[in-house]
Amino acid sequence: MTIDAFLQHLANGISLGSLYALIAIGYTMVYGILRLINFAHGEIFMLSTYVALYGVALFTLPWQLAFLLAILITGLMGVLIEKAAYSPLRESPKMSVLISAIGISFFLQNLGLVIFTGRPKTFPRPDFFAKMYDFGGIKIMSLTFVIPIVAAIFLGILVFLVNKTKMGMAMRAVSKDFETARLMGIDVDKVISYTFFIGSALAAVGGIMWGMKFPRIDPLLGLLPGLKCFIAAVVGGIGSITGAVIGGFFLGLGEIMLVAFFPEFSGYRDAFAFVLLIIILLVKPTGIIGEKMTEKV
Amino acid sequence: MEYSKLKKILTISSFFLLIALIYFAPNFLNDYAIRILNLSAIYVILAVSLNLTNGFTGLFSLGHAGFMSIGAYTTALLLMTEKTKIMNFYMYDIWPPLQGITLHLIPSLLMGGTLAAIFAVVIGAPTLKLRGDYLAIATLGFGEIIRVIFTNSHSITNGALGLKGIPGVTNLWWNWGIAALVILIVKNILDSSYGFAFKAIRDDEIAAESMGINIFKYKLMSFVISAFFAGIGGGLLAVLLSTIDPIMFRFVFTYQFLMIVVIGGLGSLTGSVISGIFITIMMEVLRFVEQPMNLGPIAIPGIPGMRMVIYSLILLFVILFYQKGIMGTNEFSWKWIIKKIGLGKFIKKEAAEQ
Repeated sequence: MTIDAFLQHLANGISLGSLYALIAIGYTMVYGILRLINFAHGEIFMLSTYVALYGVALFTLPWQLAFLLAILITGLMGVLIEKAAYSPLRESPKMSVLISAIGISFFLQNLGLVIFTGRPKTFPRPDFFAKMYDFGGIKIMSLTFVIPIVAAIFLGILVFLVNKTKMGMAMRAVSKDFETARLMGIDVDKVISYTFFIGSALAAVGGIMWGMKFPRIDPLLGLLPGLKCFIAAVVGGIGSITGAVIGGFFLGLGEIMLVAFFPEFSGYRDAFAFVLLIIILLVKPTGIIGEKMTEKV
Repeated sequence: MEYSKLKKILTISSFFLLIALIYFAPNFLNDYAIRILNLSAIYVILAVSLNLTNGFTGLFSLGHAGFMSIGAYTTALLLMTEKTKIMNFYMYDIWPPLQGITLHLIPSLLMGGTLAAIFAVVIGAPTLKLRGDYLAIATLGFGEIIRVIFTNSHSITNGALGLKGIPGVTNLWWNWGIAALVILIVKNILDSSYGFAFKAIRDDEIAAESMGINIFKYKLMSFVISAFFAGIGGGLLAVLLSTIDPIMFRFVFTYQFLMIVVIGGLGSLTGSVISGIFITIMMEVLRFVEQPMNLGPIAIPGIPGMRMVIYSLILLFVILFYQKGIMGTNEFSWKWIIKKIGLGKFIKKEAAEQ
């Protein structure tokens, strides 16, 4: 492999990794607070691409506005899903909530198939993202740079929200100990809604950029990236935002490099994440930087 | 009449009634209805086996589609004649040792179930020691890995092309006979000390452990038995459908059985049987929503995919508002039926005597 080709793969891996990281954060935040695998997160991601697509194509909004609206609407959809499907089950056994999450995910997929039809649609790619740059033989689209930069900006905002604001402090408190936080006067439901909003909005940021990177979108788009990003969150250490980012990059780079170095395994690309999951569960179930969580009686 | 005697008579007579039903079914049902009945027997097997882990042991396994696909492919490859295999494998050559083997149904199914069970040990041994949610994601992942492997191992599974022309050697007798056997075996397991251990783990893992139950051993046992029957169910499904391909066994397929189990009642065999039959029939009946309808002057265009929307809504509705499902954790008993139809006084008398 030439150094040029390697750099090209590296750029690809980094941009895929940033997308995974953005989606994985939603999983890790919800898991940190509710101890729930939010199976519907992949569908939220899928919906965001359609909202952005309709904003640009149907309502002919300028892309900046359409994308911003899509991020906000998707965030609200996340809150709505939590209110409808998870909050009534707060006191129920964990399995019921998991089944409810699967139900919502199953429902959104099928609703998507009915509303958007199974035929793939083409996602708009504004010129700003489609410029080609030539670096002495390596051709890289501006999108490849934009993705990590945008991801870094949103990660910065997230870190600020979580560490410097009052709501962020409440979120950290709830994720440490749900009951005690409630006793301390924290409005847990509000914190949960807030968490779902942030997680879903970040998934939308990822979704929109995913749409531009892989412009054929269909209603089952969220299935595989959704699962993979959950795995990324587990690999990094579930519950930790830094972990989700590390896991996302690890997975994105790993997938791209696997195909780059061993083209004969390209058919197994989708299995890479799952093999990684099994390995990490065997070697270090708490993830790369995870702390040990014990079950309480 | 004594209750135990009555129970025996009722059980035996309903058994013969069922046999008569199966015997006479082809006389007054068309092929389509028979096919649905066959499918419901298979769905019952799959639901009962999923209920064993998810309902009775409290493990959240989502790898059913994976185990089914192992059973389906094994059964299909062992049943097909050499000629059909050669016809199927026109893109890639079949792995030579596999080409000549043709077995009967029972050994093929058992082989499929056993292979699924072996994979269950491999996947269960590392993950069952971890916290519950990891099992969900690991089994889901396993199902996907199996699917990817099946798509890529061309010389064994024929890749994405799938297998066609699997001989349709089963009928109502086979499917319902095996379903009855599976129900009977699972019921006996649940009534044994193993079953009590499973339920103890489901109700409170830490308490069960402190009572000296080897949690890991029983979890693995439940998981492996469930996978074995899932493999058999998958094999029967392959024979019924006569065509299989890897896309069929996406993890979304597991959701269908999860739905059946939840609607029937997590932790009720009877519930799984009732809802397995009911949902399978409903799935077919509801096909009309996807067809265009002409109601006199009004024409309603068909909405493809609407069926699954309705099903997912039912699942959501059940889990949000009626978590017990049809049966809760109750099981079928003659006593209950007798009481319901107003003949309870006979039993009461007997209870007083004892």
